[in-house]
Amino acid sequence: MPTIPRPEDDLGQLDAELAGIDQLDVPVAPAPTRLARVWAQVWPKLAAIGLFFLIWQIVVWTHWRPEYILPGPRTAFSALGDAISEGTLVRAIGVTMRRAALGYALAIVIGSALGLAVARNRVLRAAIASMITGLQTMPSIAWFPLAIVLFGLTEGAITFVVVLGAAPAIANGVISGIDHIPPLLLRAGRVLGARGVAAYRHVILPAALPGFVAGLKQGWAFAWRSLMAGELIVIIAKRPSLGQQLEFTRTNTDYPGLVATMIVILIIGIVIDGLIFAKIEQTIRQRWGLLDAGA
Amino acid sequence: MKSAVRVKDVSKVYGPAGAHTFALDRISLDVAPGEFVCLVGASGCGKTTLLNLIAGLDRPAAGTIEVGGQPALLFQEAALFPWLTAQHNVELALKLRKVPRRQRPARAAELLHQVHLDGFGDKRPHELSGGMRQRVALARALAQESSVLLMDEPFGALDAITRDLLHDELERVWETSGLTIAFVTHNVREAVRLGDRVLVLSSRPGRVVAEFSIDLERPRRLESPEVAQMAGDIVTRLRKEVRSHADDSQT
Repeated sequence: MPTIPRPEDDLGQLDAELAGIDQLDVPVAPAPTRLARVWAQVWPKLAAIGLFFLIWQIVVWTHWRPEYILPGPRTAFSALGDAISEGTLVRAIGVTMRRAALGYALAIVIGSALGLAVARNRVLRAAIASMITGLQTMPSIAWFPLAIVLFGLTEGAITFVVVLGAAPAIANGVISGIDHIPPLLLRAGRVLGARGVAAYRHVILPAALPGFVAGLKQGWAFAWRSLMAGELIVIIAKRPSLGQQLEFTRTNTDYPGLVATMIVILIIGIVIDGLIFAKIEQTIRQRWGLLDAGA
Repeated sequence: MKSAVRVKDVSKVYGPAGAHTFALDRISLDVAPGEFVCLVGASGCGKTTLLNLIAGLDRPAAGTIEVGGQPALLFQEAALFPWLTAQHNVELALKLRKVPRRQRPARAAELLHQVHLDGFGDKRPHELSGGMRQRVALARALAQESSVLLMDEPFGALDAITRDLLHDELERVWETSGLTIAFVTHNVREAVRLGDRVLVLSSRPGRVVAEFSIDLERPRRLESPEVAQMAGDIVTRLRKEVRSHADDSQT
């Protein structure tokens, strides 16, 4: 059927109409200043920390336990200052963080590979998907007797348990990330010609990223807990670690030192979760448009 | 003349053997190169199933489908990848077609220009309106350089004004590109507004039961009396088809 060519001004009109409706349609998001954003993030945390110290101090003031057993925040922090300037605590942090990094890195490699394999393969999923979740519920401390039998009181025993603690969580993150991809995106990818490796690289893996990051975050929490349990049990001579410091300060009745070490452990956990994982999650949610504009 | 899309005696069944139902029963249709065909039908006519089969996302139980190459497909939702910007969504389509890396940015910008989205390349899908997302999806589909474009109620979720503008836009892209388009909709006026031909599908199982040639002059307007009258005829035919199912539950 012949088509009548459009008059030029008609085309110009459509251009203008489209441009107009686009301007009207684009969501307008108020952009708060950087300072306001940071402050909005920081003040609730500061308030929570302040409240925590206040409650702690009140408990000390009630003399629920004598003060040489349960020191107040001031005593604990001065013990913390001493331990840092003395150098053992810094060395202990170094040893512990090196172990954490090694175990966590191994757990990421093993967990990701396992998760991908299970998500991809029906038989494998039927065989071990529930076992992975089962492994995750196993308290990591229950692994140590076996780990010590297998590896002795060595770094190997600690790494073994850290990996066993973290890898299932990471694998589960990969699996649920892939399972929750909207089918529409997979179909769109197939229509565009993404098959096989290309489908994984350009569609499946990026679409599974939010689940993967959630798994990484949970995996880190498991790794850190397993590591602390391990360092309490597997004490290696002349290698001070945070877990070993806990045991050491307790047996030496250095209770302010004990509390100071616990503060360090807590701070490391909060910093890694709050600075690294929260930042990554925030970035992903922002990119995907999952942030509530009012929040 | 050779068809751009040829569907011959295609059936598609759902459910287990014995208790299966036909989604499509020996449906046949041909779309000529450069033709704009609209498919209308009530619920359960297998419109989406048919497009999935033509797009190669699914296999027919019987019959043959001939299409030259992989057709592009637009869904009711834009189905843009949320982790990529508009520009990169289009570039990914080029990449998967093995367009050299150096040519991709310019080509993608050109395609976004074609759908009047200059300056929006850096936006992520959630920063765009529904109509704009659908145009990015159109640009991404054009990037595939298929000769056939399948559209599955692509404007169904849009407001009336945006939909009206996108009809003009799609018509213009079609006129300049020479694409063959198969457009599924349940909006009969939309079908008359856009199509060279409107096919009416029956429901459960889906089959082509009527065909209307739309010889109205382009550009047409959705609200023009000629479009309304044509749409009226098709709706009458469609209602007859729907009525025939009134006794279904008693059989």
